[in-house]
Amino acid sequence: MPQYMLLIYGDPADAPGPDEQQAQHERWFAYTEQLRESGALRGGDALERPDTATTVRVRDGETIVSDGPFAETKEILGGYYLLDVPDLDAALGWAAKMPNITYGTVEVRPVMVFE
Amino acid sequence: MTPASTAAAEVAFREERAAVLATLIRQLGDFQLAEDALQDAFAAAIVAWDRDGVPERPGAWITTAARRRAIDRLRRDRVLADRVQRLGRIAELQTPALDDEHEPSAVGDDRLRLIFTCCHPALAMPARVALTLRSLGGLTTGEIARAFLVAEPAMAQRIVRAKRKIAVARIPYRIPPDEELPDRLAGVLAVVYLVFNEGWSASGGDRLVRGELCVEAIRLGRLLARLMPDEGEVAALLALMLLHDSRRAARVDEHGELVALDDQDRSLWDRGRIREGTTLLDAALRRRPAGPYALQAAIAALHATARSPQETDDDQIAALYGELARRAPSPVIDVNRAAALGRAGRVADGLALIGPLLGDAALASYAPLHAAHADLLDRAGDAPGAARAYATAAEHADNAVARRELLRRARRLATTG
Repeated sequence: MPQYMLLIYGDPADAPGPDEQQAQHERWFAYTEQLRESGALRGGDALERPDTATTVRVRDGETIVSDGPFAETKEILGGYYLLDVPDLDAALGWAAKMPNITYGTVEVRPVMVFE
Repeated sequence: MTPASTAAAEVAFREERAAVLATLIRQLGDFQLAEDALQDAFAAAIVAWDRDGVPERPGAWITTAARRRAIDRLRRDRVLADRVQRLGRIAELQTPALDDEHEPSAVGDDRLRLIFTCCHPALAMPARVALTLRSLGGLTTGEIARAFLVAEPAMAQRIVRAKRKIAVARIPYRIPPDEELPDRLAGVLAVVYLVFNEGWSASGGDRLVRGELCVEAIRLGRLLARLMPDEGEVAALLALMLLHDSRRAARVDEHGELVALDDQDRSLWDRGRIREGTTLLDAALRRRPAGPYALQAAIAALHATARSPQETDDDQIAALYGELARRAPSPVIDVNRAAALGRAGRVADGLALIGPLLGDAALASYAPLHAAHADLLDRAGDAPGAARAYATAAEHADNAVARRELLRRARRLATTG
């Protein structure tokens, strides 16, 4: 079965306020549980904020380490799921059910297959 | 090679290509392989039919031949390194049962699958249009490129990229389940109507009407109506396109210049298309509530069946635009409604509706807004204002023919005013 990476983007400013946070956590938990029960879940995690990110490059033999994410954007990569589903429609269906989908954006990317 | 076999192959190519391709894609599970195999099969057909005569069912002959060519291609394919997987696919394709499935319903379903795949929302709109025209229409990549004023290599690239996405992202090859069907069908109809509109009122270039796109859109509309006879909006869209297209011969004069609706020679309107359109519309209107295409077709029918501009039921047309605006508010509909109010003698209402739109920066370069404004000002007796508004409309018209007509109106009013 093909695998899809669901990359979850959003502007932290749009996220629910402190009084809504607990309920939103529970929705994420229920969503992940639903994925697990369907047998589609291969992996997934939330990521710490981009200001904790470090980028690494090696240029002309020199390792360059710098503070911050790959791209400075308002919409940040906040987490991901790795799914095993039959086709793109199934992956898009799961994406549309994410608890943050009404204010965030999910990028669905097929995982490359080496034959 | 005798001309008869070549001609038969050409006819089969035009008429059966989409149906055969649709079935092959399902059997092979691969868009590109299906197209390549089909190309091989048509080349083989010209030789074989010349030697043995044209078969009774050319479509079935080509499907079977194409599947054999696909098996040959799979055997040769070194990219498909997994031998077991390759042998599995070849064995599947050699199943005799595949030869018996030429009954019309299976073929019809395959074409619907192909339409829904080509119009999948995961593809960009220009890619949907190009892929639909290439796979289901009778147009070559070069013809599509010329119709959309795109260089042929760019259009070919667009089609290749779309097919690659279908394969790599695994866009499913199926008719959507019932709960998704209304949305997905609306997406398919939008693609067909976009093709028609691009033909009817070319967005750029020096030709106003690209008839080949109108014809192609109507062909797709007929195919959809045949495959989905119970969908009112499918019939309504076909009706809408036929009713507009009935005026095609009258809409441009012998010099290629635009002729306004009121000035058209109504004897040039295609009565057959009007009859077919109104019959389809009547059937679509029996389903309630009438969808947006049915409302637009009803407007087109009021224009098409009026014997003269004066006898046109403009009140009813304005009311129908009002109903459309209520369903799905859009400035485009408001502009049309304002113009209809003007023709119905309600110039003040029309101007009141259009006023706020003129202040909207996003609409500043929308030529039809300024043209409708000009017409309302003209009816209100403000010739200089109307001339200025026509000039503004001309400035923003992308099509050279439409621009010349708007400038003619501006000049006429400037001299009389």
